Amino acid sequence: MADLRVNFAGIESPNPFWLASGPPTNTYDQVARAFDAGWGGAVWKTIGEPIINVFSRYGSVDVGLTRMMGFNNIELITDRPLEDNLREIAAVKRNYPDHAVIVSLMVDSKREAWHEIVRRTEDTGADGLELNFGCPHGMSERGMGSAVGQVPDYTCQIVEWVKEVAITPVIVKLTPNVTDITYIARAAVKGGADALSLINTINSIVGVDLETFAPLPAVGGKSSHGGYCGPAVKPIALHMVSAVARDPEVRVPVSGIGGIATWRDAAEFIALGAGTVQVCTAVMHYGFRIVEDLRDGLENWMDDHGHRTLADVCGRALPNVVSWEDLDLNYHLVARIDQDKCIQCELCWVACEDGAHQAIRRIDTREAGNGKRAPAVEIIEEACVGCNLCAAVCPVRGCISMAQVPNDHPGVTWRDYAAGKGTLAPRSEHFHTATWSPRG
Amino acid sequence: MPTPDVTPTLSTEQLERNFADIAAPLTSDAALLEAAKCLFCYDAPCTHACPTHIDVPAFIKKIETGNLKGSARVILDANPMGHSCARACPVEVLCEGACVLNDRDEQPIKIALLQRHATDYALEHKLALFEPAELNGKKVAIVGAGPAGLSCAQDLRRWGYAVTVFEANDQPGGLNTYGIAEYKLRAETALAEVQMILDLGVTLRTGVSVGRDVSFDELERGFDAVFVGVGLGATRRLEIPGEDLPGVHEALAFIEHLKTHRYADTRVGRAVVVIGAGNTAIDAATQAKRLGAEHVTIVYRRAADDMPAYDYEYDLAKRDGCEFRFHTAPKRILGVDHVTGIECVRTEPGEPGADGRRRPVEVPESTHVIECDMVIKALGQVVRDDFARAASLTIEDGRMVSTKPTVFVGGDCANGGAEIVNAAAEGKRAAAAIHAYLQETGG
Repeated sequence: MADLRVNFAGIESPNPFWLASGPPTNTYDQVARAFDAGWGGAVWKTIGEPIINVFSRYGSVDVGLTRMMGFNNIELITDRPLEDNLREIAAVKRNYPDHAVIVSLMVDSKREAWHEIVRRTEDTGADGLELNFGCPHGMSERGMGSAVGQVPDYTCQIVEWVKEVAITPVIVKLTPNVTDITYIARAAVKGGADALSLINTINSIVGVDLETFAPLPAVGGKSSHGGYCGPAVKPIALHMVSAVARDPEVRVPVSGIGGIATWRDAAEFIALGAGTVQVCTAVMHYGFRIVEDLRDGLENWMDDHGHRTLADVCGRALPNVVSWEDLDLNYHLVARIDQDKCIQCELCWVACEDGAHQAIRRIDTREAGNGKRAPAVEIIEEACVGCNLCAAVCPVRGCISMAQVPNDHPGVTWRDYAAGKGTLAPRSEHFHTATWSPRG
Repeated sequence: MPTPDVTPTLSTEQLERNFADIAAPLTSDAALLEAAKCLFCYDAPCTHACPTHIDVPAFIKKIETGNLKGSARVILDANPMGHSCARACPVEVLCEGACVLNDRDEQPIKIALLQRHATDYALEHKLALFEPAELNGKKVAIVGAGPAGLSCAQDLRRWGYAVTVFEANDQPGGLNTYGIAEYKLRAETALAEVQMILDLGVTLRTGVSVGRDVSFDELERGFDAVFVGVGLGATRRLEIPGEDLPGVHEALAFIEHLKTHRYADTRVGRAVVVIGAGNTAIDAATQAKRLGAEHVTIVYRRAADDMPAYDYEYDLAKRDGCEFRFHTAPKRILGVDHVTGIECVRTEPGEPGADGRRRPVEVPESTHVIECDMVIKALGQVVRDDFARAASLTIEDGRMVSTKPTVFVGGDCANGGAEIVNAAAEGKRAAAAIHAYLQETGG
């Protein structure tokens, strides 16, 4: 049986699944229920000077049948008195000593303010601190959150202040709303961060009400930019986690955040270097119960592949993330259509024809009188550039696959080829529609 | 019509329930979910399968984007009868039967219900989806305000023709108003759909029978072109003794009475025998059952597989508790001053006839009586040769044909009897042909 226990920058956790700082970690009751459900850790919703929230705080993006494919919020940090939060944090830690309790912090950019909040938080017995340098809305206008996290010098400075007094591990939560996140990551590490967590939410306007012209989520007909999250942001987060995890100047544990909803998502983050993963939107959608399959699925996957511990898989995909100029130009693919599975929707044809490389031939079977089961589409292999688009649009799993086309040429990267080394294998020609008849 | 002798004993509430919409409309949420499932096929098979070639993926995606007005316009542009078709089309053999999801071993997209969702919106909001063009000085007469004639009228008026529709009945709509099973399409719904076409500025003259109140020649002289969509005529006769006894009814007359009166005013027998197994026979049988008949028996001289009725209709009749007696042929309707029963013989398939189908052959000594107090004949209708003669049209193979350049035919009279959607398609094709002809000849 796979061992899901982790030690993340000195913080022990029974599994890598933590609740991210946010609405699900606002109270003792919620966090206790989450731990009862099986979550390994929780990052308490950001504490600091209590704020006043607006009514209507969340906006959602639905895609087809999927609700909340993307999600944003204009909610701020905790609106509860600091004393209440600290008392409940202490109670959680006392009642759940084996779980990871981390507290997200955000205060004014003053040394004394940070010293005080760190000391008072650590008095609760919490296992670690997460510095919220990420929220892109509301707090940033007050010089906090991403206003700090977007400037490497500020980031470094505040981490230094925190580390002057902190006893427990300090995690710095990074904002994705920057040109290159690795600069901020390096600054945090330079300031003494024990670990990083990323990504915080992405600056966004989630929509516009076309009756009232109110941006969404609307507060009396008006709105403000908010933080975007949910499954839609996962690819952005995966890239940023991998960029930080690969950076030779970072070298601290990374907690992955951004659109994680399933064990597969979690495994991908871990493969790209995340030591733990944090989940918020999926819990807001479905509740704490989702942790059951997060754990079960990850364990089964690890067992099936012979991975005993998370250390065995953490970062396993990182060596495969390379620069474009290091990709093999002589690795050729071609699409193959399993005609027995084809339902003749012709989505691949129109996608390739209008949106890609004109490498699918369409046979009008109705006109040919072949009946419905005759092939309607076929790959023009000599024109196919192996781009994957047809396989991506095909609604039948396993109908279109990408097959490698072997050649006699050794691999050659752009780096080599541009330097005059190596030769290119013969490649598919780009065909224009005009050169062949749609009737085949 | 002569009415049956037994008054329905069901309560008004029960009758309302029995004749309520057989398929509940989709809620907005359900429509969005269903629309999102559509794959948006390129050159979609559903569109090919529809005789009017409605761009099905296009109207479904418009539902998904919240563009119900645009969705209804796509539907009613291709098929002016798009709402009644959404309720009455045999979609399992048309669009839904062609849906590619069938090949993924899934249920097809609920195209009919989505089409109804979009057109419901247009009817409820009385949307003016189309603009009539400025009159071009040419006039077209349309004989018969059924699906074919009205579909023809919509396009012609949109293209600038002055259109006058002559209808012998009191109400327009043809069989949409008078002949579709009540639980599929009510007269008021059919009339609301017709009104959208009339609102374009089409002139309707009801209660005017061409051939009786106005001669066909007058139409030919007074208009630049004439479209004939008069439907079919009388139901075929059984040619057996007792056929004219009180208690013997024609299916279409029975249905029309039901649709033009309060339910309680259409009387039905306790034991009803329906002769024939087409879709009209099923409509008559199920509605007799829903009116309160205790026993409904459908008598058909061939096998279940030979029935002209669609599988959907067969299933519906079985669910309604109708009994099917296959390989059974009526020989004599019994009774003195009213039907008391029907004498039948059993049959078995014999040698193939001219149509290639094996002809039923009577089994010796198989005579038996089915007791009943009502007989409904649903044997199909014959083409109106009286009208054909009056209009100098020819009849070929039971279908009306025009050889005159300014006279066009379409719908049941021209196709021998088919679906609403076929009539709509033929009406539109005729409109296009009239337009082309009048442009070519300069009218």
